[in-house]
Amino acid sequence: MTDLSQDAAAPRTGPIRRILRDYGHELLVVAAIIALLVVVGAINPRFVSARNMTSVFSGNAYIAVAAIGMTMIIVTRNIDLSVGALIGVLATVSGTLAVSGAPIWVAWVAPILCGALINAVTGLLVAYAGIPSIVVTLGMMAILQGGLISVTGGAWISDLPPEFLLAKMKVMGLPMPLVWAVALTVLAAAWMRLTPYGRSLYLIGGNAEAARAVGIPVRRRIVEVFMIHGAFAGLATLLFATQLQVIQSTTPPNLELLIITAAVIGGVSILGGTGTVIGASLAAVLFAAIGSALIFVNVSAYWLRAFIGVLILVTVLFDVMRRRRETRQKGH
Amino acid sequence: MDIHIPEEARQQPDAAPPVRLGVRGISKSFGPVQALRQVQLDLRAGSIHALMGENGAGKSTLVKILAGMHAPTAGDLLVNGQARRFASPRDATAAGVAVVHQELLLFGELTVAENIFSGHYPRTRFGTVDWSGMRRRARALLAELDCHDIDVDTKVAALSVALRQRVEIARALNQEARVLILDEPTAALAERDADRLLDVVLQLRDRGVAILYVSHRMNEIFRIADEMTVLRDGQYVGTVEARDTDEARLVSMMVGRSIDQVFPKVEAKIGRPVLEVDHLCAGPLVQGASLTVRAGEIVGLAGLVGSGRTELALTLFGITPARSGRIRIDGAEVRITSPRAARDAGIAYVPEDRGHQGLVKSMNIRENISMAVLDRVSPGGMLRRAEEARIARDGFDRLGVRAAGIEQVTGELSGGNQQKVVIAKWLETKPKLLILDEPTRGIDVGAKSEIHRLMGEMAQQGLAILMISSELPEVLAMSDRVLVVAEGRITAELPRAQATPEAVGHAMTRRSDPGTRTGGSQQTGARA
Repeated sequence: MTDLSQDAAAPRTGPIRRILRDYGHELLVVAAIIALLVVVGAINPRFVSARNMTSVFSGNAYIAVAAIGMTMIIVTRNIDLSVGALIGVLATVSGTLAVSGAPIWVAWVAPILCGALINAVTGLLVAYAGIPSIVVTLGMMAILQGGLISVTGGAWISDLPPEFLLAKMKVMGLPMPLVWAVALTVLAAAWMRLTPYGRSLYLIGGNAEAARAVGIPVRRRIVEVFMIHGAFAGLATLLFATQLQVIQSTTPPNLELLIITAAVIGGVSILGGTGTVIGASLAAVLFAAIGSALIFVNVSAYWLRAFIGVLILVTVLFDVMRRRRETRQKGH
Repeated sequence: MDIHIPEEARQQPDAAPPVRLGVRGISKSFGPVQALRQVQLDLRAGSIHALMGENGAGKSTLVKILAGMHAPTAGDLLVNGQARRFASPRDATAAGVAVVHQELLLFGELTVAENIFSGHYPRTRFGTVDWSGMRRRARALLAELDCHDIDVDTKVAALSVALRQRVEIARALNQEARVLILDEPTAALAERDADRLLDVVLQLRDRGVAILYVSHRMNEIFRIADEMTVLRDGQYVGTVEARDTDEARLVSMMVGRSIDQVFPKVEAKIGRPVLEVDHLCAGPLVQGASLTVRAGEIVGLAGLVGSGRTELALTLFGITPARSGRIRIDGAEVRITSPRAARDAGIAYVPEDRGHQGLVKSMNIRENISMAVLDRVSPGGMLRRAEEARIARDGFDRLGVRAAGIEQVTGELSGGNQQKVVIAKWLETKPKLLILDEPTRGIDVGAKSEIHRLMGEMAQQGLAILMISSELPEVLAMSDRVLVVAEGRITAELPRAQATPEAVGHAMTRRSDPGTRTGGSQQTGARA
């Protein structure tokens, strides 16, 4: 119709360029994992043995699963600091049910439902009371941590029935946590990318006012996303708490930071609106690999934290620079 | 209310007082956008100079240059006759220029005294802060401003806007400002507070301060100003003396006497009424508005800032739902309680501020165009990428967006192209009524006339268009009918043939009877 538009009429991007554009960050994380495997594998071949690889990846699969929900939260421009404490509480709920003689499926489903319900409270406070999520979840974290210790008195749950220990089971010869992490990542990624619901989360994070103006129920979505995230925390709990015969009734220290870090290094912008669950899961894999690699090359494990810290700052710096380029002031 | 010019404003000494701050040929551009062009004015000791102009005229940009917040692209600032360069607000302060900004820059959690002395607290001989001296001097400064009712130990956050403003002025005086710039100081004040403020301003003038007073309230300007400078679209229009001018002349300077750009207005067949609004009320700024827009018709909504023109649009679109009144679309009454309800009723709204309510800048053109019709491009709950891309490409081509393609991130586009993307998004909802709020603000001339051409095309296809614009030439050139809004009501309706700049300008400034005017009715105008 207009003479100005011929250049745009034909799509100019080929499939490879499109993948690079849409998944550039994820590919970078993959490249980092491969580089790590090659370099450390050359120094110490036992690092890349099938046995070490499965134990590393399945032992950390719960972080990838929790990072899926966290990605959704951060995409809508929110944050959840309470997820570590929540996983601690859900583990105790699940373990208590398992030893109480309740059917095993109840012990499995309960953390998922409880996670969604507890996070519904968080979501309501964020969306309807208008309290910033960082504050609400800071409060929730303290409530869950304190409540857990007070109720259980710090006692451990032992004698878990063997049929409860999901993390030790295998499907087609593969460890259950690994299968779950991959399946959940793929499903969540497809859902985020292919459904209008998933798209609406990106729109809300990108510009909540504009999303509201086109009729997206922003507040309801935020409550729902917190609930979905709670359910993923429940799933992560199942993989985390069933690795050993006992469940500690304390919350794993700094777990929430590890999960948030996975999302951030996976390319999820802390400013909302961009990032994928695939990136977050891959970043969880990267941490696990780095942590194990340090042991194999005989470096203190404390370097893991420092190393991850550097990764966070570099990633966020790139994100901020990209944003600045995009929103560079054109008018006033 | 009659315009009365008080005696003191007329008394001008024969020898002109010295120029404290001279603005000579100041221009400012932001990238390709020219925000100010060749502005000049003189601020004289003991004299009040009013700066006037509609939204987007460049007043705020000029104030920011004088405050040292922006560096001019060209031109000079003369302080007591010497050319100076303000590299930062600190330089401006050092040169004796103090600015009271529209959004007051105070520390809410600190006390009045701490705010007045912020940055240079008086010291005792031991080098610690001299609290009692500070309180005493703060009290004295406020007393000079006829402000005996402020306790210097209260936190600023607890004060009313009027009192906070007084604190900010006291801070300026404490810095021994010889030039005081007040940016729309009465915009957020009730009438009585505004009166008191004007008294303070007059008092400062009598003490020899050179004052630049930014406002578009005519009655205030005529009460206090000695001279007025008018800006329009960043251009310097002229400076006049208060005693040589009147309200009508200023309005015509502000809105432009002639239609300087020829917009391609095409004739469309005007059909049945699409939107009928009866006695709509919402918030303090929509007070019983009634209007009709027909299919194929472009109705221009003109009014000064604070008249309620944008608020009327926000009410029709459900962002601030109506308190009372009726809205009919195609003859059927609709209840619009949310933007979603408005969209479902066939109303689309292209907002005044693209970045705020329009565009998702982190996402690409395709995702922005499809966002209002996600349900339609995802039958069975799955997004159909191909269908989405087709819709996006249609809109992209139809509006002539200039970009690398529909996958380009919208934050990287120019203002005009961003606006086209927002319009394309709303056209996808197949609206019956399109509300355009300042459709060409901040975009370059070429893109501007393209948007006007598109408006003509859309009207020809039977869309009813309600356009809000503070650029009178645009309103006059594009509209089949002009409605004038004042105090939340439609106060005049002018068919195209009768809509002259003078007629519209007069209707815009005409006030209703003093009795019906509420103090706060002009409080929260559209943000500049």
